[in-house]
Amino acid sequence: MHFGLTEEQTLLQETLRHFVQEEMPPQRLRDRFDEGSGFDEALWRAAVGVGLQGLAIPEEYGGAGLEMLDLALAFEVLGEGAAPGPFLGHSLTGLAITRCDDAELKEKWLPGLANGDVIAGVALGASGEQFLPEAFSLRELDGRATGVQSFAEVGTQTDLVLVGLDGGRLGLIDARGDGVRIEPIDAHDRTRRLADLHLERAPVTILSGGGALAREVVDAACLLLAADAFGAAWKLIRLTVDYCQTREQFSTPIAQFQSVKHQLANMAAEAEPMRGLVWYAAYAFDHRPDELAREASIVKAHVTDRATQIGRDAVSLHGGIGFTWECDVHFFLKRAMHDRSWLGGPEAHRARAADLAGW
Amino acid sequence: MDLEYGPEYDAFEAEVDQFLAELPRDLPRREFLLAATERGYVYRHIPKRFGGSEKTFDPIKETIVAEAFDASGRAWRLGPQSTGMIVPTLLEAGADWQREKFIPPTLIGDMIWCQGYSEPGAGSDLASLRSTARLDGDEWVINGQKIWTSDAEDASLMFGMFRTEPEADKHGGISYLLLEMDQPGIDVRPLRQITGSTHFYEVFFDDVRTPADWIVGERGEGWRVARANLKYERNLGGGPRLRKRFDQLVQLARETERGGRPAIEDTAIRQRLAEIEGSVRCSETMTLRQLSAASRGEEAQTILPQLVNKLYGTECGDAMVKLAFDLLGDDGLRAPYLSSWTAGPNTGNTTDWVDAYLFELASAIAAGSSNIQRNVIGERGLGLPRDLRIG
Repeated sequence: MHFGLTEEQTLLQETLRHFVQEEMPPQRLRDRFDEGSGFDEALWRAAVGVGLQGLAIPEEYGGAGLEMLDLALAFEVLGEGAAPGPFLGHSLTGLAITRCDDAELKEKWLPGLANGDVIAGVALGASGEQFLPEAFSLRELDGRATGVQSFAEVGTQTDLVLVGLDGGRLGLIDARGDGVRIEPIDAHDRTRRLADLHLERAPVTILSGGGALAREVVDAACLLLAADAFGAAWKLIRLTVDYCQTREQFSTPIAQFQSVKHQLANMAAEAEPMRGLVWYAAYAFDHRPDELAREASIVKAHVTDRATQIGRDAVSLHGGIGFTWECDVHFFLKRAMHDRSWLGGPEAHRARAADLAGW
Repeated sequence: MDLEYGPEYDAFEAEVDQFLAELPRDLPRREFLLAATERGYVYRHIPKRFGGSEKTFDPIKETIVAEAFDASGRAWRLGPQSTGMIVPTLLEAGADWQREKFIPPTLIGDMIWCQGYSEPGAGSDLASLRSTARLDGDEWVINGQKIWTSDAEDASLMFGMFRTEPEADKHGGISYLLLEMDQPGIDVRPLRQITGSTHFYEVFFDDVRTPADWIVGERGEGWRVARANLKYERNLGGGPRLRKRFDQLVQLARETERGGRPAIEDTAIRQRLAEIEGSVRCSETMTLRQLSAASRGEEAQTILPQLVNKLYGTECGDAMVKLAFDLLGDDGLRAPYLSSWTAGPNTGNTTDWVDAYLFELASAIAAGSSNIQRNVIGERGLGLPRDLRIG
């Protein structure tokens, strides 16, 4: 029995941390946040260089063939760095295609997804609290999709979109093809840009694998959002610890004051226990499929809920400067906020977890 | 990562179950512990010459045994003062003759211990304790008062910290002494809790005597000696305990009503339960991380979880009793059931939850209060500066 990380997994996180620090230092993150489309071509290419896009894609298609736990560990690091870009939608698309029944589709798309030449996005049921496949609302008729999906993770960089279709199905759409219009939304987390995806009889390929496949992809999204929020939470704690040890008032670093110390301790005491929860949900994806749905909702609700609070506490402990755009704290608070709201908030997921418990 | 325990542990679990099934149900605890030691199920970390079973370090086997023994319903556990405190302290810092004399009878419950640490004026600031012991010939003569002493009425012996070096500084003036409880000069008075029950006592010392060599470690080393047992205090966190309490809470929600229907069908109740369960799942996985690390000799990788365990369990337990109290409705007006230290609320008697609502407050106070925990987490966990202290 080993409920811990292997040396390879520890090395994976170290490598990715180094990658994020090198490729996305604070000023560059700020530039991406403030300007442009939110997509950084150089970062995307560098990520391919460390194998990020292909992490969970099978080796035969050029990926690393790793498990969901490894992907979750990667997303923790992305959250920690607030790394800009459509990594989540891209990974979910790769996951959906890997798990579908269609060998031709896999041959067609997985190599390009693994090497980053094809950039994928995602448009799942995310209107209000309707995140489950039964609520997917894009209509499909004769191989063409029509409707509007708000808060899709798509942009000018997107080549391929994974969409949620009525009947709880998943489909693939060429983002640059007929009947597709992308209207960016002005969203607060400018590291992961969102848009309204307008479809007017856009050609769509249905992914076989039925309702179970769609539900697994939604659950994967939930646990990866939680992993991202977990990373952001620890980044917020570290930034705040550093600030409190440097900032002096009343002739002493404010970390000396017991109330400050206790607030930081409370944040750490909420954050550390979440680590095993994220691991377990990711482990369940591959090894305890019967438990996945409930674990995914529990981890999404709990981690994003606590992470947003940690973000709020971080701002207030930074004092006036924490309230400014110029202070980096809000990047990570907004990361946690996005993780919380996207694909159902804590209330919706807790309701699902309660139902699945048979209460 | 691999959550399967493997055939070796599965076989061990079956073997333990077999052992339990074959023993007479009414076997007294003493004989049960002797049999369990003989099979190597308990006291694995204690040498045979001190009454232990002297087996290789294996916290997974220890956990399997503890869970199986608890589930059997047998009263096998000794007070935490015995196996959790005095025995590790003697193993770490005691003289061989002390280990030979005190450990074997303690392990089977023939010697029962209580702890003489806290005083009315020395709680969180324990080192400021004022009870004294002075050497008179070949005996220590002890005067003073201890408080929050569990089991003082039943105990045959006490281990305690006393000030023996008046000229030394606060920490350096303390010695760790052992003494017999059944003697004139010792006055044990019960402390009644807000729950109505009594588990703790005050102990008054009026020229109480104990042999000069009933000291563990050297004079003035008592503070260091008392902390030595931390090495043995395998703190794996409270995941299973919280899960058990949570299951009872869910059951309470099934049995009580909101708007004429079972409370568990109420949306607001389901939300509160699900939120609490998030914390329970965190605690369960954190315990599993620590068990895994301990079994691989990698405890150094789980320092922060170890520091956070108590506070997290306190906060989660607090949330549970608050929800339970709301579920009770009018029953929350009833006086607490006079439960014992280890009995939790049982599903047949909803007033047990009133006791729990009050008793749970002890978790934030005893064995290192929550604010002390926060200090330790901040300082040792996050590297924050120590408090500015006057004394």
